[in-house]
Formats: sequence, C-alpha cells, structure tokens
Amino acid sequence: MSGNKSSGVRYGMVIDIDKCTGCTACSVACQQENNVPFREDETNKVRSITWMEIYQLDNGMPYPEYRQAYLPRLCLHCGASPYPPCTFVCPVNATHRDEDTGLVNHIPVRCIGCRYCISACSYHARYFNWWDPKWPKPMEEMLTPNVSPRMRGVVEKCTMCVHRLQLAKDRAFMEGRSELEEGEYVPACVESCPAKAMTFGNLLDPDSEVARLAKSSLAFRLLEKLGTEPKVYYLSSQDWIHKLADKVM
Amino acid sequence: MDSALIPEGVKRCSFKAFSLWLLVIFGVIGWGVLGGFMVLWKGLNMTGLNDSFGFGLYITADLAIIALGAGAFFTGFLTYVVGKKELKDIINLAVVVGFICYTGAQLVLLLEIGQPIRGWFSFWHPNVHSMLTEVIFCITCYTIVLTVEYIPLILENRQLDKVPEFHYFSHNLHEIMVVFAATGTFLSFFHQGSLGGLYGVMFARPFAFRTGFFIWPWTFFLFVASAIASGPALTILVCKMVQGVSRKQLVRREAILLLAKVTGYLLTFYLIFKFLDTWWWATQTLPKMGVSFTEVFQGPYGMWLLIAELGVCGVIPATILLIPKAREDDVLLIVACVLDCAGIVINRFVFTIQNLALPVLPFEQVQIYVPTWTEWAPTVGVLAYGALLLSLSYRYLPMFPRERELNPID
Repeated sequence: MSGNKSSGVRYGMVIDIDKCTGCTACSVACQQENNVPFREDETNKVRSITWMEIYQLDNGMPYPEYRQAYLPRLCLHCGASPYPPCTFVCPVNATHRDEDTGLVNHIPVRCIGCRYCISACSYHARYFNWWDPKWPKPMEEMLTPNVSPRMRGVVEKCTMCVHRLQLAKDRAFMEGRSELEEGEYVPACVESCPAKAMTFGNLLDPDSEVARLAKSSLAFRLLEKLGTEPKVYYLSSQDWIHKLADKVM
Repeated sequence: MDSALIPEGVKRCSFKAFSLWLLVIFGVIGWGVLGGFMVLWKGLNMTGLNDSFGFGLYITADLAIIALGAGAFFTGFLTYVVGKKELKDIINLAVVVGFICYTGAQLVLLLEIGQPIRGWFSFWHPNVHSMLTEVIFCITCYTIVLTVEYIPLILENRQLDKVPEFHYFSHNLHEIMVVFAATGTFLSFFHQGSLGGLYGVMFARPFAFRTGFFIWPWTFFLFVASAIASGPALTILVCKMVQGVSRKQLVRREAILLLAKVTGYLLTFYLIFKFLDTWWWATQTLPKMGVSFTEVFQGPYGMWLLIAELGVCGVIPATILLIPKAREDDVLLIVACVLDCAGIVINRFVFTIQNLALPVLPFEQVQIYVPTWTEWAPTVGVLAYGALLLSLSYRYLPMFPRERELNPID
C-alpha cells in the first residue's frame, strides 16, 4: 500500500451503494465546502468540475430483472506503491501523496496545467479549470475561508477536505493532544450524507468502523486489476455491481 | 535588391517573387499567431480539449514534429560520429529542419500548458520521477545544441562571413561539431525515449501502458526507434521538395540514396519490435488488465488505425526502402518517405487521442475529439514558420555545400 504504515494513519472511505439514494447531497456539500467553481451552463459534462460525481449504474437487463444503483466517485486517493498513477507523472511536483495520511494532495499554485495527471488517472477524478472561477455576487460571501479557489489553467481534485484535517489537528494541539479521535476529521461529503452511506476514518486502525467495513465480504474497489490500490471502498450485496466495478473499459 | 546577401555563385529567384512567397507565409503565420493569442488570452476553453482529452492536437503535433525532427540528430550522428562523409551534402538541411521542428514544438508547447507563465517551474520544481521532466530538460538542452549547430551556417552568410571574428568562430565551431553531434545524439535518444515513456508509464491506462526494462517501458525504446526511422525520411522529403521548387539538384544522389537505405533498415528494425510489442501487449498486458485486444478499438478509433499505421505506413514504405531498385525510383522514394512520416504521425495520434478516447471506468462513454480552429491555426502556423526559416536559409545561407558544383553558372 502507500508506505504510510509508520505513521499508523491511512485515511480511507467506505461507501455503501445499497444505502446510496443518489440524492447528490454529498456532491453539493463538496462543491460548497471546497469552493468548486461552476458555470451558468453546466451541460458540458466533460468540462464541468465535479469532485464528487454520482454515476447511475444499471444491470442492462429488461424489466422485471432491471436493477439500478448510484455510485459516488471521488478521487480514490490511490495507495499504489511506490506512487499513485497521477503523482509521479507530474513534472513539477504539484501533486503528491502525503505518506503520513495517505491523502493525495494537489498544489494548484504550483500546477502548470499540463494535464498529464488527468490523462494518467483511470478514474477520471481530476479536473481542469477551463475558465476563470466566478461566483455570483451574494455567493462570494459564502465561500469557505479555509480553501483557496483555484485559478484558470490548473488542475484540481478531491482533497478529502484536507483543510478539515488541518483544523482538527490545530484543535487537538490547542487541547494538548497529539492524536485525533475517530470522527474528529470527516470530509463534507460524509457529513452531509442523509442515508449514512459513507464512512470515513483510519483504515489502519483495526477498531475503526471504516477498517471493519473495508474488510467486509461485501466490500470491493473500483478497477482492482489495474493495481491502483484505491483507499475508497464500496459495499454492495449485488453481484452485478461487483462485476461491473471490476470491468476495465 | 538583396543580391549582396545571396551566396556567391548560386542563382535564386527574384526578390519580388521571394517577397510574394514571404507574404503568403506571413499570412499563415499571422493566422497561427491569432489562434495562439486567443488561447493565451481566453484560455484553453477555446480549444476542443476537455477533461477526457487532456492532450489533443497540440501534443500530437508536438510528438510528431519532434519525432520527425530526429533527422537532425541521426544524420549528424551518421555524418560526424560514424563518419559517413557523403552525408555532409545534406547535414545543413537536416540541422535546419531539426531546428525548425524543435523550436516549433516548443512554441506549440507554450500554448498547451494551462499556465504558460509558470513554464519555468519545470526547471525550478522538477519531479525527477516524471518522464515529462526528462522530456522538458532534454528538449531544451537539445534545442540549444541545435542552435549551436545552426549558428555556423548562419555565420557563413556572405556578409556575416566578411567579419573576421564571425568567420573564425564559425570555422572553429565546425571543427568541434563532432562533440555537438554526439551530445545531440545522447540528448535526443533520451527525450525521444521519454516521450514514449510518457505514455508507457501510465499503468492505469490500458491502451498506453507497457511493461519494459528497468524503469523504461517498451514505448521508450520504440519511440526512439520510430523517430530515427522517420526523421531521415522527412529530411529526404524536404530535400526533394526544395530541389523540386528550385528545379535544381542540390544534393548528390548517393547522399539521398544512402539516407534512404539507412531509413529502410531502421524502419524494418522498428517494425519488427513494434509488431512484437503489439503482440505482447495484445496477448499479455491487456488481458492481465482485464481488457481484450478488440475492446481498445472503439468508435471512430477503430482497427483501421492499426492497419494504417503498421501496414500501409509501415510495411509498404519499409519494403520500398529496402529494395535498391525501388528506392532508386524517385516517385517510389517520395511515396515511401511520405508513408513513413504519416505512419509516425498516426503512431503519435493513437497514443495521444485513441488512448484518451477510451474510458477506463465502465460507466463512462467513448469520447470523440474534434480540434477547434485555435488548435489548427498554431499547428499550421508552425509549418509556415518552418517554411519561412527554410526559405530564408536556402536563399541567404550556403545550406547545400554542393550546390555550386552541381549547378555551375555559365
């Protein structure tokens, strides 16, 4: 995995597809929390920025065998060793994996916008800022102060709300603690899910809920054959979803 | 009007005709500059690129131009390092073509990055694990080498050569050209390879990923081989074109035929390994990634591209160039060189466009890429820039050392 065992922390997520209703609350919360820019016309889906994409899946069968499900797809913060597909291709070290947390971060102010990382990612989880970010007047006041908006011409992606981790660490430091409690750092998407379909935490902590769920017989990861070692797991009791998730292309 | 600048003992067209030609070239360059300016001003949203196609026409053109520019380093290697003296007839042309290709590619690259003003970050914050870093460093260094190789030719201009300092400087540079030829060969080998490595290391992209040797995927070596198998073909084509336009023989036939013969062997060598690579990829690499060979040919990016690349633009030109009688036929030689160059363009196209058109996630659709005018204009503009540099070099510099001997003026 990502070589961060020494720190004892490897943040990951488990998403229960059987529970997901496709309400997109996670996607909206993510957009709001991370100051993800949007445009008046968002119909061009290959140019709109959606850190948390909700895919609608179906089993391709006619009624009454027809089944459907929703699969939220964020950056899977790949744990592949020695590097995830996106970080080692970056020519300017603008993206890297923090080996203390396992989180794959991106530094927009260093990014030159070559889009090599976008091309290397198999999960289509990275986005380019095709336009200058603009928010309608009243919305500018609602931007999250802890997250810098990205400029035109750079790549961006899900950070697992890493700014929340920093805030949680600061709080713990002020309270004289060196370790974070479970649930003290949670990304916005997990917090907003009304169906409680998302669980976040330290995958290396055997007592954590996320580690327990990740080891469930219902758990699977997207495109395991590629060896990317994602740190986002999915749960489903439906076989067709397991098969679909492992089908490359 | 400009006769004082034209090399002695050679004939050139009238200044009026040349000016008209330059006017056409500047028109095309202007169109390219306008396209480039729009992209720099308004952003890459002016292009046909999107989050599926992070790379598009700019990168395809860059890769193809750089591969075709390999004629400079390889001809230099054969002339100065191997000692094929007959190629001295054509080495200046090869250097000019190489210089055009590399500087042109860098101009396009400036438009390709989203934050061109941060281009220098590649040198300031280099990621040593990235193939792109190697490409950026080697291309920059090699452009400097090509500039050094081009300078003596510029200084040989009739008026510049009258300045003693320039004359001796140029002469001394000529004397140590073997050093630059060897340096160029070394640098070129690595960046041509790194351009292939760029794709081969994408282990989450089944179309591009290749196994390999040590840290280098097989595409690293295949890109080197394909570049040296196609670069000299472009040099031959440009030479034939200049000879056609000027209606003069500028290079001895044996020089062209030697380059054609070497190209034939190199293309055959490349094709053998390319076929082996394709077979291994289809039967081992793809199945291990859960993909069948036929699945990578979808939508408009069908099997026809593979047939066109390796069959029509691979086996056919290799066969022509390998058979002495066939390559001695001017028409067949030109056909073979055009096909060879086209094959390499298709190869760079499939690694860039077809690779990205295929969705890796099963919930995504095959995407189709259509470049906009702001992508075509700078690309065509670079070709016009090449025509400009070539025209100026031919008119004012002794680009072909045998020209006077082959075309005596009564």
